[in-house]
Amino acid sequence: MKRKRTIEPLFWSLFGGGGAISALFLPALLVLTGIVIPLGILSPSYEGLSSLLSPWYSRLLILGIVSLSMFHWAHRFRFTLHEGLQLHPYDKTIAVFCYGLAALVSLSAVFILFIQ
Amino acid sequence: MENDPKITLEVFRYRPEQEDKPVYQTYEVPLKKDWVILDALNYIKDHIDGTLSFRWSCRMGVCGSCGMMVNGNPALTCATFLNKFAPGPLRIEPLDNFPVIRDLVIEMTDFMNKLKSVKPWIIREEEKPVEEGEYLQTPSELADFKTYSMCINCMLCYSACPVYGLEPNFIGPAALALAQRYNLDNRDQGQQVRMDELSTDEGIWHCTFVGECSVVCPKGVDPAGAIQRYKIQGATEWWKSLVLPYGKPKK
Amino acid sequence: MERKVMPNIKMYKRHIHILWWTNRWIHIKFIARELTSICVAAYSLILLFFVKAVLTGPESYEAMMSFLVSPLAIIIHVLLLGGLLFHSITWFNLAPKAMVIKMGDKNIPGILIALANYVGWFVISILLFVLILNV
Repeated sequence: MKRKRTIEPLFWSLFGGGGAISALFLPALLVLTGIVIPLGILSPSYEGLSSLLSPWYSRLLILGIVSLSMFHWAHRFRFTLHEGLQLHPYDKTIAVFCYGLAALVSLSAVFILFIQ
Repeated sequence: MENDPKITLEVFRYRPEQEDKPVYQTYEVPLKKDWVILDALNYIKDHIDGTLSFRWSCRMGVCGSCGMMVNGNPALTCATFLNKFAPGPLRIEPLDNFPVIRDLVIEMTDFMNKLKSVKPWIIREEEKPVEEGEYLQTPSELADFKTYSMCINCMLCYSACPVYGLEPNFIGPAALALAQRYNLDNRDQGQQVRMDELSTDEGIWHCTFVGECSVVCPKGVDPAGAIQRYKIQGATEWWKSLVLPYGKPKK
Repeated sequence: MERKVMPNIKMYKRHIHILWWTNRWIHIKFIARELTSICVAAYSLILLFFVKAVLTGPESYEAMMSFLVSPLAIIIHVLLLGGLLFHSITWFNLAPKAMVIKMGDKNIPGILIALANYVGWFVISILLFVLILNV
């Protein structure tokens, strides 16, 4: 039987995974790193933060959150351009740009978190 | 009737033999408490202007013929009361996203083709002989797909769906919900055939879950939910076929 | 699937306005929901820079903090938080639509699935706070 191969299920899975992980983790992380810590409501020591983030599993979690969130953005933004601005004739270009950027950020995150 | 208050209807008119662009014609009709919009349109047709064209049949929300845009929202005109829009005026247009043949009558060939494309019938790998009796189904198995079987093909969801409007090849809400109606039927074995047909850009993956199809559905079918469930199923199958490239996942 | 129409008939075709998503409340909500993805991407980049600063050393962490304490940064974060909260809430509310789980003979009510999502959100958020409190 013919099976039309489409790559959309991959992008949709990444979008879905990213949507879930960002919905669960990002608000609390933003409140911590962007509001509570800068305003001094909580002031964790540098050593504490460093030992919290240094283990490989912490870095893996951060990589997962950042990378999936980027792919979540890529998918939604692609279709927002499609529908909101009626740019569907340029789908290929938009898709390459959106998913390409997400992949680039993910690769940089691997470099930053694990290689550097 | 002379004593009734009046309400103004601005009705979309397109008569291809006489105009290239539609015009809006206003009619004043009695505003009766027990009238639905279809009653007002029939009043116009019978007493004011016999040339107005529109489709209708059952007057009771079953046939799915009388869907129109009422003040910009898709609605069954037989199930929408006139006095909800008092004092008016109130604008009646043909369903969005479809070409217009005349006045309030739209062209639905595309919808019919798309309905057919999802193979909306029970597919068996092998039919069992009649002597062996019927395929049995428990109430719980019936409940798995019953909501999706309530569709009356009124096309309100198609005119509510911006994706269908923008993306001509998108299969659209009602047809995909109908596919799920058969996929979730325990007597059916055609999931794989339909998945091959529908796990494409124009099948399920173009839907961005605007969700309005489910809001306007007069029968509570929830096409938006059906499509999201279908996406999860499609994504699961995709990963499976990636991991098991040689063995097709059996359903 | 190509869109087909009856042949040889004069028809009137309408076009969708470029600003179609502004004409109904439900569409505005839809486009706002889609645009929260920009907040998601923006904050996940900030998070990456934050972690990078911590992993690099105390000096770069100091430099990151001196940016984060500026009023502009706080304002940006508050705005991003609005987007993220809208994303979380719409995401959890729509989850039951896609996740239909059968238990025995009956489907688990959608509200319970949404509730489970909210509980997960709450637990994860508390955990993250406790982790930071302890360092």
